[in-house]
Amino acid sequence: MIEIGLGHYLTLGAIIFTIGIIGIFLNRKNIIVILMSIELILLAVNINLVSFSIYLNDLSGQVFTLFILTVAAAEAAIGLAIIVVYYRNSGTIRVEEIDQLKG
Amino acid sequence: MIAHAIFFYVFSLIAIVSAIMVTVSKNTVHSVFFLILDFISISCLFIMIGAEFLGMIMLIVYVGAVAVLFLFVVMMLNVAQQKNQWLLSEASSGHIPVGLVISALIFFELIIVIGGWKYKPDLFNSNNLDVFNTVSNTHSLGQVLYTDYIHVFQVSGMILLIAMIGAIVLTFRQREGVKKQSYIKQISRERSEGVEVLDIPSNQGVKIDD
Repeated sequence: MIEIGLGHYLTLGAIIFTIGIIGIFLNRKNIIVILMSIELILLAVNINLVSFSIYLNDLSGQVFTLFILTVAAAEAAIGLAIIVVYYRNSGTIRVEEIDQLKG
Repeated sequence: MIAHAIFFYVFSLIAIVSAIMVTVSKNTVHSVFFLILDFISISCLFIMIGAEFLGMIMLIVYVGAVAVLFLFVVMMLNVAQQKNQWLLSEASSGHIPVGLVISALIFFELIIVIGGWKYKPDLFNSNNLDVFNTVSNTHSLGQVLYTDYIHVFQVSGMILLIAMIGAIVLTFRQREGVKKQSYIKQISRERSEGVEVLDIPSNQGVKIDD
């Protein structure tokens, strides 16, 4: 318990990843919260990469965390732009009412 | 070591609780604030574990840019009043058990992977880039980022550029009936279309804008 090792950080990443998955599945109201859950999942991936990088003494994990950060920022910008355009066209971003593709 | 453990448990507890609050909070603005708290505590963990540059970059990129972007969109779309009531509504009650089962499955798979990792400690001796402990974290990251990963770095720059152009193109809207200055019209005016010499009879005036 006192000795903090790699397993602790990986468990933290797993818990946050699972909370993100739960958020995607159970959120029926607001699509912005789904985007935030995706950000949580990417954050969990970053935790895994950084803790492996530190405990394995290998820098490439941190380099790829930088790239994941870049891609996450781009994804958030594009996703929010799509949400803004959709709200402008249809007047709602509730998850139940976005059913044009009949998915 | 004890300080490390205390800080780890405090920050990870804050991170987990705020991650739960992101998903269950009724107000979307509160969700964004809990997301910011989550990012801050995770970046504290990164700084504590030794990845100072990434912790600072997390603060700048996520808290400074992405979370503020979320906040702007939430306030712009007027969804702050819409309640996030996934636990209460009857229409969504079919999704809850399925989602919980799938999430529990994923969590146990991840735990099994971590447990398997503990029994294979010989993987710890794979030192690829041994630039730790001699220079700072930022220095060593810079040493590999601009040499070994230069192409990936440039591609990530291209991704950011494309995302910027895409966001602008998606949200750009040409409005009708807005008066704007047209430079090409202004500088291509000639004397013949701007000035007219009239021969005005006395005591009658001239009618303009007919």
